[in-house]
Amino acid sequence: MDDIIVKTITRLIVPFIQVYGIFVILHGHISPGGGFSGGAVLGSSMILFTLSFGLPMASRKIPHKVTSILETSGILWYIIIGLAGIYLGGKFLVNKEAGFFMGQAGELISAGIIPLLTLGIGIKVASTMITLFHTIIEED
Amino acid sequence: MLILNVILVIFLIICAVAVERTKDLLGAVIIFAAYSLIMAVLWLMLQAPDIALTEAAIGAGVTTILFIGVISRTRRMEK
Repeated sequence: MDDIIVKTITRLIVPFIQVYGIFVILHGHISPGGGFSGGAVLGSSMILFTLSFGLPMASRKIPHKVTSILETSGILWYIIIGLAGIYLGGKFLVNKEAGFFMGQAGELISAGIIPLLTLGIGIKVASTMITLFHTIIEED
Repeated sequence: MLILNVILVIFLIICAVAVERTKDLLGAVIIFAAYSLIMAVLWLMLQAPDIALTEAAIGAGVTTILFIGVISRTRRMEK
């Protein structure tokens, strides 16, 4: 699609969508939202980019190899954090007993490992959305 | 607020029946996006803002685009 209005609006609006997605991911433990919602918003921003600029341009921005590496590393990050809970506290994903920094409830840096887990889930969901869409619309 | 709730639920039921009755699959996908939008507003009124956020992003956004991608690969009308 070669439309200057759609391209200009996309170029203006994609950074705001991505900032909102990162905000939802990073505030997952103190406000509504979390890894899944924020990752879906981040993935939708790249889907909008692909729809207006075409698949070759989007593949140059974020290649298929990069999205598959991000997808795998997101779930590996989750498992490594969980195993750190086993090593320090005795159970999978244990938080307070393992001695992680809890902080003051309601602040951004608090709640131990939950922001790190939410970050991993967000990266995983966003790259899964992008991979699904690129796989569906690519030409054989 | 009760009036708005009743109107939204009636519109939701109409959308759900229309998705099932429509023969044109592209039209059905568009009606399904409207269904997801109404459902997101209803989740918000039921005091579940995180589910509303997910429904608005997944149901009205990503699922619609994936369905349209599949329709562009197959045929548009239901047999």
